[in-house]
Amino acid sequence: MMSFQPGLFARGSAWVVAMYLLLPISIIIPVSMTDQRFLSLPKEALSLQHYATVLNSPEWLGSIWQSFLIAVVATGIAVLAGTLCAIGCWRLSRRSTNLIRALMLLPIIIPSIVYAIGLYRYFAGLDLLDRFMGVAIAHGVTGIPYVVITVSTALAAFDPRLEQAARGMGASLMQTLRWVILPRITPGILSGGIFAFIHSWDELVIVLFIASRDVFTLPRRIWDGINENLDPAMAAVAVLLVVFTTALLLLDLALRRRRAE
Amino acid sequence: MMRRQDVGWWLLILPAFLLMTAFYVAPIAQVLAISFTEPTPGLGNYERLFTSESVQRVIVTTLRICVITTSLSLLLGYVLSYRIALASPSAQRWWILAVLVPLWISVLVRAFAWVTLLRRQGLVNETLIGTGLISEPLALVWNEFGIVVGMVHYMVPYAVLPMLASMREIDPRLLAAARGLGANRLTIFGRIFLPLSLPGLLAAGVLVFIFTLGFYITPALLGGGKTLMVAEWIGLQILDLLRWGLGTMMATVLVVAILVTLAIFSRLVDMKRVFGGGGA
Repeated sequence: MMSFQPGLFARGSAWVVAMYLLLPISIIIPVSMTDQRFLSLPKEALSLQHYATVLNSPEWLGSIWQSFLIAVVATGIAVLAGTLCAIGCWRLSRRSTNLIRALMLLPIIIPSIVYAIGLYRYFAGLDLLDRFMGVAIAHGVTGIPYVVITVSTALAAFDPRLEQAARGMGASLMQTLRWVILPRITPGILSGGIFAFIHSWDELVIVLFIASRDVFTLPRRIWDGINENLDPAMAAVAVLLVVFTTALLLLDLALRRRRAE
Repeated sequence: MMRRQDVGWWLLILPAFLLMTAFYVAPIAQVLAISFTEPTPGLGNYERLFTSESVQRVIVTTLRICVITTSLSLLLGYVLSYRIALASPSAQRWWILAVLVPLWISVLVRAFAWVTLLRRQGLVNETLIGTGLISEPLALVWNEFGIVVGMVHYMVPYAVLPMLASMREIDPRLLAAARGLGANRLTIFGRIFLPLSLPGLLAAGVLVFIFTLGFYITPALLGGGKTLMVAEWIGLQILDLLRWGLGTMMATVLVVAILVTLAIFSRLVDMKRVFGGGGA
């Protein structure tokens, strides 16, 4: 049967849109390799000096390391709480658990600025402003929705009778979790973990409000860089970030493919 | 009714529930409360919605940028989804990657790329001057134009995901049959494809609109402080002017606007379409 194909105009405009999405991001690659001392395309030769600047700068390295640690702790919080919650909601599956699941989605729906100003005031009372744990908790809590979504999706494909059979044969709840449910949904948990990690790693709005000196994450340093001095080292950082995010994304795609098989 | 054998499962939900209540709901509830109590108890802050010109200007600016951004994102996103939905499975994988990679790349990196391109000594202006098309650099960023360019760039992938999901449910045999019966491309698109893809279009519209309403980073970086949208304005009230009452009032209005939009459209669209497609 002859399949329906879009016309020339539709194909052409789709390419234009794809270019609009991708080209501006890829422009930072040549800019990061400029031989000039200001933000520009390379004039005479390609140079890696700006990468060297970044990788030899204690400020940039310190921020990268701090962001990484925060993201690891935040991902731990989000994965642990989110996974258990998704499993509980899936198994109980009633009106009240649907409400709880909707509650878990709030951080995606409510703009981070609203949460950030609330936290600014709230953490002042708990002495958590400008603290590692404060930022990690905030990122962990706002990372929960990503885990709940991916784990719930994984559970939707899981036959609940397996769980009933395990319980019927005398397995305890912990045993059922450990040996029956968790192995089946591991790819979903990992996916959720990757998204929670990227969420924390990239998060800026909350950090702008609840951290100032001691906690100075990578996004915060980039933000200051864009606002104050636009130098080519920024482009080098941006490229490193894109490479890192793309690698995580490809890892996630590989996991999904394995789950699909 | 909670049965005894269910207690264990409820305990699994407990950590997330407590974390969420103590560290998410409580700070936000505090924001709502402050808007009624500071500087003096009452509805004084909300009165400003009707009396303060600067408050009204921010709201109008935000709504204008939101409507423009949403319309453009839907248009561009639709073009892209249409192409993807009708592509062969192997080509589809590449197209989807072209949507997903920008989706997950840091919003800061993207704003930085736009600044590099659009500022006065940026690549676009330099190229245009170099070719002699213009003699003076154009003001492409740090104004409303820059905000819209950057925001649409950010939102197109979010528009594509729900639209693509709904277009994939369209039976390709319908289109082939219409073609076999002699309908031209425009008729097939207008009479079959477009109506069937409307639920996805609507879901994408809701998603993009509510995301745009409260957006902070892109407008702040590409707006240059002159064109203020609601989120940046709230930040300014709290951090620079210490006007907590006014800032929290606007934050409350923002949350209510988003929840009302969702409530209205949840009658028209399946909300799973809006939030289910998050990871493709």
